[in-house]
Amino acid sequence: MTAEEVESLAREFLAAHDPGGDRLEFLRARFDAGLAWVHFPAGLGGLGVHRELQQVVERVLAGTPQLDTGVQGIGLGMAAPTILAFGTEEQKKRFLRPLWTGEEIWCQLFSEPGAGSDLATLATRAVRDGDEWVVDGQKVWTSGAHHSRWAILVARTDAEVPKHRGLTYFVCDMHAPGVDVRPLRQITGEAEFNEVFLTGVRLGDDLRLGEVGDGWRVAQMTLMNERVAIGGAPVRRGGGMAGVVAETWRSRPELRTHDLHRRLLRLWVEAEVTRLAGARLREQLAAGQPGPEGSGMKLSFASLNQALSGLDVELRGEEGLEYDDWSFRRSDSVDFFGRGAGYRYLRAKGNSIEGGTSEILRNIVAERVLGLPSEPRVDKDVPWKDLPR
Amino acid sequence: MTLLYTEVEEELRASVRDLLADRCGPDAVLARIESAAPYDMELWKTLSRDIGVAGLLVPEALGGAGATAREVAVVLEELGRAVAPVPFLTSAVLATKALLEIGEEDLIQELASGEATAALVVPLAASPYRSLPEGVTVGADGTLSGQVRAVAGADVADVLLVPVGPGALYQVEAGDARIEVVPSLDLTRPVATVTFDGAPGEVLGHFERGKVLAFGAGLLASEQLGVAQWCLDTTLAYIRERHQFARPIGSFQSIKHRMADLWLDVVRARAAARNAADLLAEPGGDSPELAVAVAKAWCSEVALHVAEESVQLHGGIGMTWEHPVHLYLKRAKAGQIALGSPGAHRDAVAELADLPAPA
Repeated sequence: MTAEEVESLAREFLAAHDPGGDRLEFLRARFDAGLAWVHFPAGLGGLGVHRELQQVVERVLAGTPQLDTGVQGIGLGMAAPTILAFGTEEQKKRFLRPLWTGEEIWCQLFSEPGAGSDLATLATRAVRDGDEWVVDGQKVWTSGAHHSRWAILVARTDAEVPKHRGLTYFVCDMHAPGVDVRPLRQITGEAEFNEVFLTGVRLGDDLRLGEVGDGWRVAQMTLMNERVAIGGAPVRRGGGMAGVVAETWRSRPELRTHDLHRRLLRLWVEAEVTRLAGARLREQLAAGQPGPEGSGMKLSFASLNQALSGLDVELRGEEGLEYDDWSFRRSDSVDFFGRGAGYRYLRAKGNSIEGGTSEILRNIVAERVLGLPSEPRVDKDVPWKDLPR
Repeated sequence: MTLLYTEVEEELRASVRDLLADRCGPDAVLARIESAAPYDMELWKTLSRDIGVAGLLVPEALGGAGATAREVAVVLEELGRAVAPVPFLTSAVLATKALLEIGEEDLIQELASGEATAALVVPLAASPYRSLPEGVTVGADGTLSGQVRAVAGADVADVLLVPVGPGALYQVEAGDARIEVVPSLDLTRPVATVTFDGAPGEVLGHFERGKVLAFGAGLLASEQLGVAQWCLDTTLAYIRERHQFARPIGSFQSIKHRMADLWLDVVRARAAARNAADLLAEPGGDSPELAVAVAKAWCSEVALHVAEESVQLHGGIGMTWEHPVHLYLKRAKAGQIALGSPGAHRDAVAELADLPAPA
């Protein structure tokens, strides 16, 4: 299908559906027309065409009801590609449509208090009981768990084998008895994250994604997509956090000093070359030459966001000593660029931790992209139950 | 517009790379730098006549290839990767661009064919954003007098192109000037002091010097990318092989993390250099000035940083004359200064991106 054909499909859809009517009805119809994510197969919200043609659809449908990507981020960016790659036909039919329209929100039950960078060492157990699995354990850093209908969950189903081999991937029903979500207050004052306690949670075997014991491979798909989702969004020139700081700079000439100017220019240039590298990466993907550059984009994104948001606070002087709101409250969505400068600075600290710390990402680049040898490992061939914890 | 390489560009790259692998390996370059002929003019003849690199920017009607800044950038990447001692940047880019701006049609044909080589007589350190001190003046008899320091490519030029006053460009036969090569930081692109003492010259026309220098700076970014890429590749190969403490030193995280950061810097240098080349290739493109300033500011620092890290990660051998990495360090350090320092280009960014300096 050509770009012209996709465009005319989108135009026909727009002619037949009133974007001013019911928002949800419009989004459902858009999914059914294959205009949700065009690279997904027909019948699952797509047309089975190249990902790049999505831009064509977005242009035609600009100004119509849009998704709430702040709330739906985990579903769209991580759960959906994993379900598409590893789900059964029934699972794809059941989950993808309400995931895309936002009727059902998703969260991610991966990290645990004892398993952060070393995710594969996680301890949440899933024990088979007939057609069901019984899950017990504790998860943490779970964004949006408090309004989620479903979660993607990795749990240990075999403690007798080395850690990477004893994991299984599930969809967890967040409304099931035994799921207890508690807000986790962050350095910003708010609770965007949660702790999730799972006590005797019963999940049907039809909620398992992929084979028993294959959870690590399935999780890799999620994690790869997570990194692209965090660092890979297109930015316009002078946009993103650089745009936020530049706006302060332009509108407040009284704050300017030579030292700040010198640092601002360095960061602005770095933001611009990072933007260009992202654009080049997307071109490579579109041309069917997927490059290793993707692994690096989140690294750049994190360090830039932190440096720029820090500069913004410093630049503001007296105002930088104030903070908009410390009250402990649930946030409804993730917004790196919203609220006050102090909030943005503190929130950006998470960028080099969430979705793979910058240290782990540097290992991934060094080993998978640059082919450097790994550090000697003591945990690879030892059954999980025998690992020191 | 694309930030990727086209098939034609990849073919051009392959033929330049093959030739350089054959004729311009590290040992050959190391042997040449202390000889009486630091530039490899035989290699330059082959490059310009057989592959046609000298005439890339020249229209086909004038005997050139009618190519653009994009192809020139690819050649510069390869020349940087080999620190090839040939006057491509000085003759086929800077001097040729000056002649193109003026609309000159005779000398440019000789340059395109490789019959003659020219140099623009400005210090290699000249910034596109500043007017130069009055180096050369025209006497009452029409002859040129004055001195210009740190000119690259003059010692192998047949013809000198001499900017005079606010925008005039004179042509002087190289034999009518005194050209003294001085010991230079960059051994593979040495500089010379050029002195005119009543030299006969012919005015070719008027041109915007800043525009020509900015064009050169934007493309120099691609040469710097090539320098950085060689340093990265060579260092990777070394740390995979070099064993200390009974393991390859490339398995230590303290080294792996540095390499990951360098790689990321080079990935972004490629995007910046490609963007500048692409916008310089299309007149009327979206702010080529900003793309040039960003590319030269970033690629200068990346090439230098990767070269410095390369010396460090090679340990003792990196400090020796026999290992070629010092040639890249010296090229990178000289390149940082050439055609506007990173700071000069960031000042330009301030202007172009509306980030004004304090009052």
